[in-house]
Amino acid sequence: MDLAILVGIDFVNGVATLALMSIGLAVVFGMMRIINLAHGEFMVMGSYSAAVAYHHNVNIWVAILIVPPIAVAVIGAIIERVIIRRLYGRMVETMLATWGLSLFIVGILTTIFGSHTEGVPAPLSGIKVGNYQTSGYSLFVILMSVVTIVGVYVVLRATRLGLLARGTMQNAEMAAALGVDTSRIYATTFAFGAGLAGLAGGILAPISGVFPSIGGSYIGRAFITVIGGGPAPLVGTVTASAMFGFVNQLATFLSNPVYGEVALLVAAVILIRLLPNGITGRYFRRAL
Amino acid sequence: MFDALNFAVGEMNAAGGLLGREVKVVSFDTQSNMQLYAQYAQEAALKHKVAVVHGGITSASREIIRPVLGKYKTLYFYETPYEGGVCDRNVFADGTTPGHNTEVLVDHAVKTWGKKGYVLAADYNYGQITSEWVKKYAKERGGDVIGTEFFPIDATNFGSTISKIQAAKPDWILTVLVGGGPISFYRQFNAAGLSGKIPIASTTFGAGNEQMVLTPEESNGIVVAYNYLQDIDSLANKEFLTRFRAKFGADYPPVTDLTMSSYIGLLLWAAGVKKAGTIDRDKVIEALESGITVDGPSGKVSIDPQTHHCIFDVHLAKFKDKKTVILNTFPQRKPIDTAMVCDLKKNPRDAKQYVISVK
Repeated sequence: MDLAILVGIDFVNGVATLALMSIGLAVVFGMMRIINLAHGEFMVMGSYSAAVAYHHNVNIWVAILIVPPIAVAVIGAIIERVIIRRLYGRMVETMLATWGLSLFIVGILTTIFGSHTEGVPAPLSGIKVGNYQTSGYSLFVILMSVVTIVGVYVVLRATRLGLLARGTMQNAEMAAALGVDTSRIYATTFAFGAGLAGLAGGILAPISGVFPSIGGSYIGRAFITVIGGGPAPLVGTVTASAMFGFVNQLATFLSNPVYGEVALLVAAVILIRLLPNGITGRYFRRAL
Repeated sequence: MFDALNFAVGEMNAAGGLLGREVKVVSFDTQSNMQLYAQYAQEAALKHKVAVVHGGITSASREIIRPVLGKYKTLYFYETPYEGGVCDRNVFADGTTPGHNTEVLVDHAVKTWGKKGYVLAADYNYGQITSEWVKKYAKERGGDVIGTEFFPIDATNFGSTISKIQAAKPDWILTVLVGGGPISFYRQFNAAGLSGKIPIASTTFGAGNEQMVLTPEESNGIVVAYNYLQDIDSLANKEFLTRFRAKFGADYPPVTDLTMSSYIGLLLWAAGVKKAGTIDRDKVIEALESGITVDGPSGKVSIDPQTHHCIFDVHLAKFKDKKTVILNTFPQRKPIDTAMVCDLKKNPRDAKQYVISVK
């Protein structure tokens, strides 16, 4: 029984981690149709900002929850203005540009921090489940993942900014005609997505080591989740994370992490074959 | 490693060079790119006509440059700990292999912690082969490996593994993990409150100064075995560290086994050249095969003529507050694993890496 709880926590944690990694990408892709290949590096910058803040004696919670999203949102806003803005509606060019950007960021991070691993210690200690032990921090990750998703929902659904953003994404010309500054909305949305990536990087920093090229291991899974999820950023991310996270954890538990990754990819291939437009391309079509 | 090599060359030149000539380092940044390794190895051999090549971090990179340097008759020193089995008259390897340190670690684990072990290894040849050695050594001592798991090098989520370990209830864990991702294993293990409850030994921990990134709670008690540890208490080591720190500054990260292995590699080559009286490859190889010995900061290191690997002391140590406390020293351990398959005295034309069948 205790072991079942322990394994259950692992499963939920796997799903929550995947959702957290993907939500920023999902917002940018789902709302703006921009494929941001530098998403993994946005997360890494979040992790580094958390590590730097922590090593400058900033409170650990501030360092992982407040500093990264702000830092990366600011960087995201700058990148939007300099690069992304010129490429709206040109998907292939944006992919190329953001891929170049990802290599550039890896290079810059390596130059500044070196290619060794930085780290932030996990702020919560272990908790007991019967005879077993689990990490208190993984419960925190689950909690933060839920809070983030609810937060994104509230921003998109209940605020004026969210309303304008959704309107602009549906019909930019109409929104502009009604007096909305669409280019500002685009910039804000991109920065918002970047901030979410930064937050994910900050929260995951104590779990995974922080080194320049770790973004590569995030981006693949985040992409599969977003594509599998389909056009609706929130529901798509949640359903696809639940499915892929479950498959991944199940295979990892039954065999080892290598097959866990393989199972995730196989599940993604089958899903895209059956539902080429992703889960929300077929179901929950009117969802957010 | 590069700093250590340059440091050794600098010291040598300050003392008048080698055979009265100044030693010059031509270096290439391969960016860990295998294509560049091949290209630069050719360039070093043909354009710069170097006397010796030191380098290659991973086994993959070594296996790329080894045939290139063999073809162009350029001597090659490989200085990273690896899985063992390279048998090539043109190559000298002074890193630790499973025969050097894995047996020491497993012996310690079975005798002090108990019979049941659990192995976590990187999913490539070093991890796969070393984990086979762990099984063999454990069985020989009446122990058993009750679980083995392999991870991609960039794996960062060890949650389900930690649950599985708890379900299996081993007496000890042995890690053969490589790269930046595995740091998160030690971190997550501690975050789950297990540090100190199940002891960990590792063939790799500390070689990348992992303890400096982790907190003392996360790294305390991890047992490792290397030829060199910065905390070796000997006059030669203290003198070396004083000179090294004087050049690179006091806040230079701790000198690891890998760093030292580069330093020793250069000393061995220089000793060979001095003995041969020339930098001619065949004569230097012959001189090195005579069983050249150098006395370095890690103690006496000599070349085993049969395998071209090294015989040296192995120190078993435990991490405490980011430093190591040496528990035991195993003097002059031989590369017993490679020796099982490789005899360059009998077959000097051998030039391959054997996969040693561990049975």
